[in-house]
Amino acid sequence: MATSTKSVEHDIDVKSSSHLLSIRKVAKTFGKNVVLRDISLDVAEGEFLTILGESGSGKTTLLRIIAGFETATSGELWMNGERVDHLPPYKRRVNTVFQHYALFPHLTVEQNVAYGLRVEKQTEADISSRVEQALARVKMTVHAKAKPSRISGGQQQRVALARALVKRPQLLLLDEPLSALDANLRRQMQVELKSLQREIGISFVFVTHDQEEAMVMSDRIALLRMGELEQVASPRDIYARPATAYSAQFIGHTNLLRGNVSQGFLHCNSLSWKTSLADGPTVLSLRPENIRARTQFDRSRPTDTVVFKGKISDRAFHGATELLRVECADGLKFWVRTASQLDPAGEIEFQFNPADAVPIRESAERS
Amino acid sequence: MFSRAYRAVVTIPPLTWVTVFLVVPYFLMFCYSFWSVSASQSIVHSWNFNNYRQLLTVNVYWQTLLRSMWIAARVTLFALLLGYPLAYLLSFHAGGRKDLYYQLVIIPLWVSYLVRAYAWKTILGSEGLLNTLLQYVHLTRHPLEFLLYSPFAVVLTLTHIYTPFTFLPIYAALEHIPRNLIEASHDLGASPRQTFWRVILPLSIPGVLAGATFAFVLSLGDFLAPALLGGPSGIMISNIVVSLFGAAYNWPLGAAISLCMLLLVVSLLFLSERLEKKWSFS
Repeated sequence: MATSTKSVEHDIDVKSSSHLLSIRKVAKTFGKNVVLRDISLDVAEGEFLTILGESGSGKTTLLRIIAGFETATSGELWMNGERVDHLPPYKRRVNTVFQHYALFPHLTVEQNVAYGLRVEKQTEADISSRVEQALARVKMTVHAKAKPSRISGGQQQRVALARALVKRPQLLLLDEPLSALDANLRRQMQVELKSLQREIGISFVFVTHDQEEAMVMSDRIALLRMGELEQVASPRDIYARPATAYSAQFIGHTNLLRGNVSQGFLHCNSLSWKTSLADGPTVLSLRPENIRARTQFDRSRPTDTVVFKGKISDRAFHGATELLRVECADGLKFWVRTASQLDPAGEIEFQFNPADAVPIRESAERS
Repeated sequence: MFSRAYRAVVTIPPLTWVTVFLVVPYFLMFCYSFWSVSASQSIVHSWNFNNYRQLLTVNVYWQTLLRSMWIAARVTLFALLLGYPLAYLLSFHAGGRKDLYYQLVIIPLWVSYLVRAYAWKTILGSEGLLNTLLQYVHLTRHPLEFLLYSPFAVVLTLTHIYTPFTFLPIYAALEHIPRNLIEASHDLGASPRQTFWRVILPLSIPGVLAGATFAFVLSLGDFLAPALLGGPSGIMISNIVVSLFGAAYNWPLGAAISLCMLLLVVSLLFLSERLEKKWSFS
């Protein structure tokens, strides 16, 4: 009977938690193909959570399980202390903004937004006032009578958003909603979506493969890799303290330094510095912007920085900064982000603070 | 772009085809429809509207035309009532067996029309399968006479024959509905039933119209099923045309009736195309 006691305790834990949505040990397999394994994740009230991952990481499947379009092979889904994973999509208080908007082509913009209220059998007066409000919120009032095929992608996006929000869901799911928009519109929509979410205060679960988008918009990022959660943390945390080599590389650029610790010193090719890490092999992540060219002033005073010499082998101009590929004589290669103009010829001295080289875990092998 | 010779080579064969097999026959029919037959059974090339007047005033002609339309309308209705659910089940609930079931619907089309019509004759006849069975289980004492040689037999046979023709365009229309629209509907709180009436049915209307047009037009012009199974009460307009061009030797009247039917069918096709355009949203 041990298992039943355990599951009762588990129920209490999920029921009493303050989380809006609790995903518990969710796994999904399609035939022999394991798409998700052992996903546990909580979404707080009013939170903007991004599920970030490459294509094939299972991020869309996870979203579809939350919406109810897919059934998890095992695991549980709780909302407001109620188990929902057996409910069909139309009985869940969750609404979705689809990747390709999925607007009904035979209905006008207005009728699309009203759809979710009509099937609820709301009164016509109620429907028209709520639809009007929703369209005003996404600035689509002038297009109310247009068919979806007559408006642009960005406008369709807004209608899809209004159609989902007019239902007043507790949780809004967004499946790569910006991926079909061009870069400028996309940036604008990121800001709009974020401020809209703050304004109405409901939880958003946003799926994307774009790490920059995830960084800009999210309160927390859940990084998914081959069906497993790699790290769940705020954008700042995940950037400053990536848990694994994969998170360090996926979120922004980084230098992975593989070295060995012995007797309080870390050795990495010809470089070495004092460390408090335990003895043995180690991996460190060092962001390109934490390395800089050594100046006359730096040389004039003793510091505890690590210094290396290298040649610039490649460079990419990014406007305010430039990303350099630096090769050292001992075979080490670094990415360096710099705002200053450097002469590409000859060897240049660089330095970094060893505290910026953060120890991380090697990502687990997965197939 | 292309040389004159090349253009001539690719356009002349189809143009010849259309001229010889469509334009010339229809033109001849058009001419015949204004001529008449003399007492000595020869065609009189005097132009008048007598044939058209006969069609409208002689009871047997316009009544048979109306009956044909009524039979075609019933066939259309039943073919839709059978074809739509079939297409719906296949498109949404057949899973991995979709292709197999699709082939099963298509296979009857490989069998000759004549064979299928005769098959119904053996089923519906007074010594047929159905009557034997009904008598065997003592539901009736005497064979049911209305089963064969009646409009009922014609409607039944034509429905059987033309259901695949309604199924195909409806199935194609259903397959074209993006599945995320159905998910969106469920996501917005619509039950499967509401989703059907509000999303699936409106988006499949072009297929329904195309299927209905096929069934109506094809069964309106049918003459084999009524000839084999219709009996005197199940005669259709095409049977009259056949006899006018044959035994009755009244080509001018036959041509006039044919042209009227052609006009009817062409306007139906035109109307259905207009409606299909109105209901397509891609």
